[in-house]
Amino acid sequence: MKALRNLVDSVKPNFAKGGKLEKLHWVFDGLETFLFTPGHATEKGAHIRDGIDLKRTMSIVITAMIPCLLFGMWNVGHQHYLAIGELTALGDGFWEKFLFGAIKVLPIVVVSYGVGLGIEFLFTTIKGHPIQEGYLVSGMLIPLVMPVDTPLWMVAVGSAFAVVIGKEVFGGTGMNVLNVALTARAFLFFAYPTMMSGDKVWVNTSLEPGQAVVDGYSGATSLGHAAAGNVASVVPMMDSFWGFEAGSIGETSAFACLIGAAILIITGIGSWRIMLAVLLGGVTMSAIFNAVGPSLGNEYMQIPVLHQLMLGSFMFGLVFMATDPVTAAQTENGKWIYGFLIGVMAMLIRVVNPAYPEGMMLAILFMNVMAPTIDHFVVQSNIKRRLKRATLQTA
Amino acid sequence: MSTATTAPAAKPAEGLFSKKNRKLITDPLNDNNPITVQVLGICSALAITVKVQNAVVMALSVLAVVVVGNMVISALRNLIPGRIRIIAQLVIAAGLVTLVDIVLKAYVYDVSKQVGVYVGLIITNCILMGRYEAFAMGNKVWPSALDGLGNSLGYAWILVVVGIVRELTGSGSVMGLRIIPESWYATEGGFYFNNNMMILPPMALIIVGIIIWIQRSRNTKLIEQA
Repeated sequence: MKALRNLVDSVKPNFAKGGKLEKLHWVFDGLETFLFTPGHATEKGAHIRDGIDLKRTMSIVITAMIPCLLFGMWNVGHQHYLAIGELTALGDGFWEKFLFGAIKVLPIVVVSYGVGLGIEFLFTTIKGHPIQEGYLVSGMLIPLVMPVDTPLWMVAVGSAFAVVIGKEVFGGTGMNVLNVALTARAFLFFAYPTMMSGDKVWVNTSLEPGQAVVDGYSGATSLGHAAAGNVASVVPMMDSFWGFEAGSIGETSAFACLIGAAILIITGIGSWRIMLAVLLGGVTMSAIFNAVGPSLGNEYMQIPVLHQLMLGSFMFGLVFMATDPVTAAQTENGKWIYGFLIGVMAMLIRVVNPAYPEGMMLAILFMNVMAPTIDHFVVQSNIKRRLKRATLQTA
Repeated sequence: MSTATTAPAAKPAEGLFSKKNRKLITDPLNDNNPITVQVLGICSALAITVKVQNAVVMALSVLAVVVVGNMVISALRNLIPGRIRIIAQLVIAAGLVTLVDIVLKAYVYDVSKQVGVYVGLIITNCILMGRYEAFAMGNKVWPSALDGLGNSLGYAWILVVVGIVRELTGSGSVMGLRIIPESWYATEGGFYFNNNMMILPPMALIIVGIIIWIQRSRNTKLIEQA
């Protein structure tokens, strides 16, 4: 630690005003504060400073995502070996599966971070403002919401679009209207639908000589099956809870998401109100479906409430996407409305709209756009309520 | 609309391409661009720019309607009663648009089928009524023609740029010429996919936004003072 500190201090003058590499000052500043807590002293304004800053916040969110990432790597391998009919039991070949997945997933992570941070550094240098570390989280979320077979250049295009159009044009971290990672996914989803949906992309079926895909194998996700009217092929509830199913890299396991949720709630980083509200919304809507399903003869609507919650990206979106502090509603009452409507809409799109097997992405993006409006009405109603209480009349 | 619209009628002694008249053409290309600065005619810029060819046809049609319309209205400006001037302008615009539509059908039928309803909708293009009302009603014929030409060229280059970007990324070609080789496509064993998002109108809006962004970063006087 000491050696690192000394190294940083020894190159520091180069980046200071007037130094050789003055232009890169903010890049250096970003890296330095990433390694060490900055030594700022309070000069004016608030005199009590919390030790936790944006970088530390982001690190905790990333920590919360690690279970999803690790499980996702293993599951990529597991689904691959299921498809070729080897090591089909859950316990078999843990390290083979994990390594296979890691080899597929890590390049996506590297590309996402490389492109996104590259653009961040570029804007930092051009505009001369401190590095905005918001991308630390987005860069990890993007790989987790991609199908494993997404070509790397698409990941790069999607990340670049999300950072530039989703974030920088609005003024950078903290100013974006839409969740950055979901912007990347939505862009790729509409731009390259054949690589982001359907039943070919979720499981890597690249074969080595002597291997073959097992007969009758389908790479569709559970929700893909259900949307195609094949509800019987939906995986059992416990499988979808642990995440033994096809899907985007990091979103299959509700269990891993719950670990992340626990970390976020205990540290106070993620809003438990939003999580609970999304959950309530999902429960309400799928309970309504359960109630009307039998009379409509719709099998999809009759999937039990708890099972609906475990399927697809509902839990992942609930924990990591809906709670994004920038794009969510800011007022406490607003958070309930915002979250509840996400849950309702996600289930509605998922079950009723045949064009989109999963509705979480579109539901969250839609409510991101609505969040400021919700906040406006919450604030206005609060003002009205307080005015009514006021005894002193204002003209 | 700004300075160009309030320019007084040219004096008889003024040359055909005096500095003031040249400015009528150059101003709308950048400083007072109908799309990126006045934000008029956006709908057609989104609807018609999937292919460069359509964008060019649209731009030429608008050019014909604005230039000729400007001249006609300028010639009639002292005869048109002030109270019914809008409807009079509309009649002239409608007549010209119908003419353009018929000419397209007669000579380039295939293109006419593709741009179809949008030619008829030129009449709703705000650039038309904007130039008629704001310039032609108060200026002589020659400056009006130049003003019409300048504004439609300003409109045209944005349309063509958006068209090039959208056709190149959305279909891999420009003006129907294949730029991205067939062998690159995944269906032919390559790695490439066309970007379907570029075909959709929202992406055209984003491209127009990016053009505005670049233009304002180079032409800083366009940035509003907060």
